[in-house]
Amino acid sequence: MHFNDGLAQLAPLSIAIPIVVACVMLSIGQRAPRVVVDTVAVAGATTVVGLDAALFAGSGGRVINWVANWLPGGGHPVGIVLVVDRIGAGVALLAAILMLLALIYSARYFESADAHFQCLMLLFLAGMNGFALTGDLFDMFVFFELMGAAAYALTGFKVEDRSALQGALNFGIVNSLGAYITLMGIGLMYARTSQLGLAQIGANLDHQRPNALIVVAFIFIMTGWLVKAAAVPFHFWLDDAHAAAPTPVCVLFSGVMVELGLYGVLRVYWTSFAGVIPASDMRRAFIVLGAVTALVGSVMCLAQRHLKRLLAFSTIAHMGLFMCAAGTMDASGTTGAAVYVAGHAGAKCALFLLAGMVLNRYGSVDEAALHGKARDARVPATLFAIASLALAGLPPFATGLGKAIGEDALSADGYWFGPVLFVAVSAMTGGAALRAGGRIFLGLGPRPRQTEDSAAEEETPETTQRFGRRSASLVGPIIALIAGCLALGLAPSSIHAIGGGATRLIDHAGYLAETLRHAHPTVAHDPTAIDWTTTGVVLGLVSALLAVGVAATGWYAEAVRRRLRSVLAPFQRGLSGMRALHSGHVGDYVAWLMVGVVVLGALVGLPLR
Amino acid sequence: MSRRVRMWMVAIAGAAVAVGMGLAFVDLPSFGGSHHPYRDAAIHGSVAHQTANAVSAVNFDQRGLDTFGEESILFASIIGVSALLRPSKEEQEAGPSQPGRVMEATRILGYAFIPLVLIVGLDVISHGVITPGGGFQGGIILASGIHLLYVAGSYETLGRLRPVRLFEHGEAIGAGAFACLGIAGAATAMGFLANLIPLGSFGQLFSAGTVELLNGAVGIEVGSGVIVLIAKFLDQAILLGPQKS
Amino acid sequence: MSYYGYFVAGAIMLTGAVGIARSRNLVHAVVCLSVSQAGTYVLLLSIGYQRHAAAPVFGSTIKPSTKVVDPVVQALCLTDIVVSATVTALLLALSLQIAKHHGTTDPDELSALRG
Repeated sequence: MHFNDGLAQLAPLSIAIPIVVACVMLSIGQRAPRVVVDTVAVAGATTVVGLDAALFAGSGGRVINWVANWLPGGGHPVGIVLVVDRIGAGVALLAAILMLLALIYSARYFESADAHFQCLMLLFLAGMNGFALTGDLFDMFVFFELMGAAAYALTGFKVEDRSALQGALNFGIVNSLGAYITLMGIGLMYARTSQLGLAQIGANLDHQRPNALIVVAFIFIMTGWLVKAAAVPFHFWLDDAHAAAPTPVCVLFSGVMVELGLYGVLRVYWTSFAGVIPASDMRRAFIVLGAVTALVGSVMCLAQRHLKRLLAFSTIAHMGLFMCAAGTMDASGTTGAAVYVAGHAGAKCALFLLAGMVLNRYGSVDEAALHGKARDARVPATLFAIASLALAGLPPFATGLGKAIGEDALSADGYWFGPVLFVAVSAMTGGAALRAGGRIFLGLGPRPRQTEDSAAEEETPETTQRFGRRSASLVGPIIALIAGCLALGLAPSSIHAIGGGATRLIDHAGYLAETLRHAHPTVAHDPTAIDWTTTGVVLGLVSALLAVGVAATGWYAEAVRRRLRSVLAPFQRGLSGMRALHSGHVGDYVAWLMVGVVVLGALVGLPLR
Repeated sequence: MSRRVRMWMVAIAGAAVAVGMGLAFVDLPSFGGSHHPYRDAAIHGSVAHQTANAVSAVNFDQRGLDTFGEESILFASIIGVSALLRPSKEEQEAGPSQPGRVMEATRILGYAFIPLVLIVGLDVISHGVITPGGGFQGGIILASGIHLLYVAGSYETLGRLRPVRLFEHGEAIGAGAFACLGIAGAATAMGFLANLIPLGSFGQLFSAGTVELLNGAVGIEVGSGVIVLIAKFLDQAILLGPQKS
Repeated sequence: MSYYGYFVAGAIMLTGAVGIARSRNLVHAVVCLSVSQAGTYVLLLSIGYQRHAAAPVFGSTIKPSTKVVDPVVQALCLTDIVVSATVTALLLALSLQIAKHHGTTDPDELSALRG
């Protein structure tokens, strides 16, 4: 355990340093040439990668920092505590690595006189780090809002793009409303316990009966985090924001920001509420919400032709799977979710960056309009195929390993449909990406008819210059992401570290004892060895094969589909109904948010009566 | 979704949320009661660090990290607004519109109040540890003081007195100073944002250690930041207003 | 026993949320969002309130031994206000650009994002 020592001081530094670098960049940005600004930004992100890596390596136990040296002593603690364990340090590290790659990719991206883009990116990183490392509920809200403010501005950064503006506003309003509901929950908890620290609240609530106040406060707090996590029906903002945001920003949104929402849910539940709201209750809520989210996301993903929107819905689908895996409420399921998140970040971010390359080269991301246009681009085509198969869970990518661990945990808990759901969702999302890639890069299948909605969707270019075909600053980050996804899948020893982190994440008593009483860590054993199993490999291969099948159906089955029109008609109607619900109307989204709060209340609260 | 369906959804879900809130509220401690353990501890800490304004003690000392995050939100939002409201090429070419007519009384009152408001702003910032107020409140007063020039009708004087670029530096310096004071704490092994300078004595102008310095940093950041913020919106209103109509 | 402060807070928050759903103008929707957040200020301050207690700023008349209201919720509230003000500014900037590029601020007429 590290308690207020040198290592513990790195935690606040990883929040403060990106902010200092942003201040420097804002000051020099008006005069310094662009290359200097980019270098400073990349150097800042690299420093944060180093700090987070040191925290990750050192957080075998927990790293605890009572900020400003306000130690709890014997009495009522008044300070803020940062509590870093492997999962918290891991998501912070993931955020820093993705930020570094996104900044490298986006060097030369926007023609802007000042360094606003890079400043916002680093402030966004500070927010994500703060959210991941803090052990204080109100502090989580503050850093959640810092993430939010930077993210809204980054989404709308292409101010000439009509859909970017609308997407950013919808994102801003829905996320802020969610955050305020969370704050209301924090207020209720403060009134009940007179505490703001997660561990302090946990100690206060232990062994209490869950009354209406505790349950309502818990649901309100969950609301903001679940809006970020894009759980159905809180998810509507995500596809709007992802479809419209600049590509390097999408990398951070899909790769880590959305996952931080789920991290927030798990952190707050396990630390503060595990002693009062039974895990069985949470399991039901998580698995229902997760399964619905996965299904809605993957069906909508298949229906898209706008490449970035397609990838956005696939993120929603995968969030559903992460929720199901973590929803087993045990160490192995949580490990599966964590590994899956890391692998997914590699595959999905590579796909987003490839979509950005396509957009830069051909001025569109519509798979129908681009049919066969990119036949000459061999390297991107190969990378796109590999990343799509990785997304579908092909062994030995880390996505496949995370998926296998998650499936295993679900079926061990008696959820027989778990593996079916995981395979189906992986095949549908990976297949949708493959289908789009095959059309764009190989011109497979007949050219799809231009429909009204896709023809009307013009895309604003993000870049002012066309990049060279094999520009290293573009291809390099993509290869790094895919290689990372592969390396993590091939090195179960590093997975073992994540497994230990998952054990600590769900260790309620240990967190409280270490944070409040400085007791030595109680969990000595790490979970059973995590490695590829035969079942896992087979199911991974099956879902990759099915993904190819899904893609081939998209390329060649137009005629079959026409013949089966009468059989498929009800499905088509259901699908267009579901598409119509994603209306881009902020009023609708707020209505769904309120429905979501009620559904959450019914799932968590009613069975406790 | 049609408006009708949406309103029904909101009505039903809103009623259910209201019932949930009601059930939670009646479990809360009664309004206005005397049981506040965190308050007692916070006041104890405030007195121990010679800070007469307990709110400032919580904001800058005990829960300084929250305020650091909060100032970063302000910083991010102002950069965001600057980025979102950057004028496009056509907009840059359009000149400012002619100023409208301002009543003589408004003009005189505007000029008369400027020094007064600026002094109040500085006073609120500097006395943040001993009286209500502090960097945030004072910064807002300073920024609005300068904009009395706009109320008085001299947008051009405002433009000269308020070089936006300079205030962007001010904003960065304020936010950076806050962060550097925090890092200084970490460097001296006292801990990030630790109160590491002499505390002075209770109720004096220079007491409470770093709280006073952090107050100043926030005052610079908020004052400069809000000036930049309003400048961006005013640019849109004044430079672009006539184009639309 | 009285709870009316809390109920006022809940009512304000829900009013704001319903306002966004009903809104026909984005500027109105952004203001409704601030209304909704105002509910959280009222809740926080109600929680820290104590009858017949003074403000938590000590001086010649209010000694540290005097009963004061909770300074913690006031500090949280100040943070909350800054968040609200800055996020509102950002959202208004977005609304302004939407008005320029879409030619409308009615969410019913915005059509860049469908399905």
